Amino acid sequence: MPALAPIDPELWSDDAEPHLMGGRLPSGEIVFPMPQGDAAKDIEPYKLSRRGKLWSWTSQGFLPKTPYEGRGNGDGEGPPDFVPFLLGYVELPGEVIVESYIVDATLDDLKLGMDMEFCIVPFNEQHTTFAYRPVGTGA
Amino acid sequence: MSEDVYIIGAGIHPFGRTEGRSGREQGVYAVREAMKDAGLEWTDIECAYGGSAAAGNADIMVNELGLTSLPFTNVANGCATGGSALASAQMAISSGMYDLALATGFDKHPRGSFNASPADYGLPEWYGQTGMMLTTQFFALKIQRYMQMHGISRETLGRVAVKAFKNGTITPHAWRRSEIDLDTVMNAPMINDPLTKFMFCSPAEGGVALILASEKKMKELGADGVKVSQISVKTRPPDSFEVFQAGVSVKEGGKPTVLASQAAFEGAGIGPEDIDVAQLQDTESGAEIMHMAENGFCADGDQEKLLAEGATEIGGRLPVNTDGGCLACGEPVGASGLRQVYENVEQLRGRGGERQVPGKDGNGPKTAYSHVYGAPGLSAVAILER
Repeated sequence: MPALAPIDPELWSDDAEPHLMGGRLPSGEIVFPMPQGDAAKDIEPYKLSRRGKLWSWTSQGFLPKTPYEGRGNGDGEGPPDFVPFLLGYVELPGEVIVESYIVDATLDDLKLGMDMEFCIVPFNEQHTTFAYRPVGTGA
Repeated sequence: MSEDVYIIGAGIHPFGRTEGRSGREQGVYAVREAMKDAGLEWTDIECAYGGSAAAGNADIMVNELGLTSLPFTNVANGCATGGSALASAQMAISSGMYDLALATGFDKHPRGSFNASPADYGLPEWYGQTGMMLTTQFFALKIQRYMQMHGISRETLGRVAVKAFKNGTITPHAWRRSEIDLDTVMNAPMINDPLTKFMFCSPAEGGVALILASEKKMKELGADGVKVSQISVKTRPPDSFEVFQAGVSVKEGGKPTVLASQAAFEGAGIGPEDIDVAQLQDTESGAEIMHMAENGFCADGDQEKLLAEGATEIGGRLPVNTDGGCLACGEPVGASGLRQVYENVEQLRGRGGERQVPGKDGNGPKTAYSHVYGAPGLSAVAILER
C-alpha cells in the first residue's frame, strides 16, 4: 500500500516533529490557516505550537455531504460506512485558536483547558490529516 | 430627516415541505397574501427587495406577479437574507424615494444539513474535505464552551426545544405541530454533542412577504400599520468567533449580534426591559440561549433559571420565539428572518390567536424585537412598535 499523502502539502511542516502552519501578520498577530494568494502578501509562514489547551469540542454524528472525503462518501459507500469523529478548538497560547480533529479520546475524557498535543493521523485511503490529542495518550 | 416607515401588509406561505410547489411559487403566494392584507394590487408596489438561497432569483417573481417595470433587487446574506431585504426596503422608504416597498424571501432546500463550498467562503479545500465545514458543528462548539463557562445544563438546552414544539402546535404557519417531551428531546440521537436531533432546526421551505409604507401612504390608504422603530444590520468585528472559522483569535473580540442589538436599542430609544415579545435566531437550542444574552435580555448564565421558570414561554415575562422559531418552523434561509418579523407584526396587531402574547398590561404587546444571524458572521435586528 502506497504511503498516504498530506491532505494539503502546505498545511503542516515536513519536520520530523511537524508543526501546523499558520501565518504571522506584519502586526505580529498569528493567524490560521496561512492565507493564500494576494491575501498572503506580507504574511510570513509561521510554525504553530505543537502544544495547546482544549477550548471547545464536539462530535460529528452524521455523514457530512460533499465535499467531505472521509469514510462514507467514497465510491459505493454510504452513511453506514461513516465513522463518527471528534473535533474541537485548541488554543495555542499567545498564537491562535485552531479547529482540529481530536483523536485518542472519548467525549467523556474531554475537559475545558486540558493539555493537547499535535499529531498527524490517517484520514482516508489516500491522505493523512492533522489532529490534536490529549497529552500523554500518544505512543 | 428620514421618514417613519410602517409595515402595512404581512403574508406567509406555511413553512415545512410543500410537494409540487416551487420555492418561488411559495414566495409569490406570500406576496399575494401580503397585498391582500394591505388592500393593495401588485401595480401599487413601487420597489422590491427579495432573496432565496437555494430556490432561484427573487426578481423572477415578476413573471407571476406582473411586469410592472418596478426595480427589484436580489438580496443574498445567508441566513440573514430576510433581515437585509427588510433593511433595504426600509431605507428605500425612509429616504423619501418611495412610498410603498416589498421585502420578500422564500426557499426550498434539499433534505439534510447544508453543505457549503470552502471556496465560496475564502477557505482552503481541506477544511471541507475533512468534514469540518458544517454549520451544525459551529453551533455545538459555541454552546459547548458557553455551557462550561456559564453553567448552562443540557436540560436547559432540552427545555428550549420543548417550548419551541409546544408553540408550534398553536401556530398555523409552523412545520412541526406536535409536542415533544423533555425525555424524548434529551434521548434523541446525538448530532453534534451536546445537541441532539430535536435541538436542531432543519432546512425547510416557505415564503414570507412584508409591505412597507411611508406614514403619508399608510394614512392615505387607511392601513393598519406597525411602526418600524429601528433596524440595524452589522457584520462581524475584529477577533470575533463565527461560523466557518478554521482559526479564531486568542483575543476575545466583539460579536455582530451585540453590535446590532445595541445599535437597534439606541436608535429606538428603548432598552431590553421595554420589549414585550422577541424572536431570536434559534437554529438550534444553544443559539436561543446565547442570543438571549447577546441581545441584552439577560446576563450570561441567567438563562438556566429563566428557562426553568418558564420566563420565555408565551405567558412569561419575556416570550421568546412565540411561533416555535426555526426549531418548529424549519429554516428556509431566504424566508426565515422575515418570518420572525411577520410573527411580530401579527403579535402587535393582536392577531396571534392561541399564541397571542398578553403584553405587560394585558392589552397586547406594544414592542417587538427580532434577531437573525447568518454566515459568515452577520446579524440583523428589527424593533417594531405599535
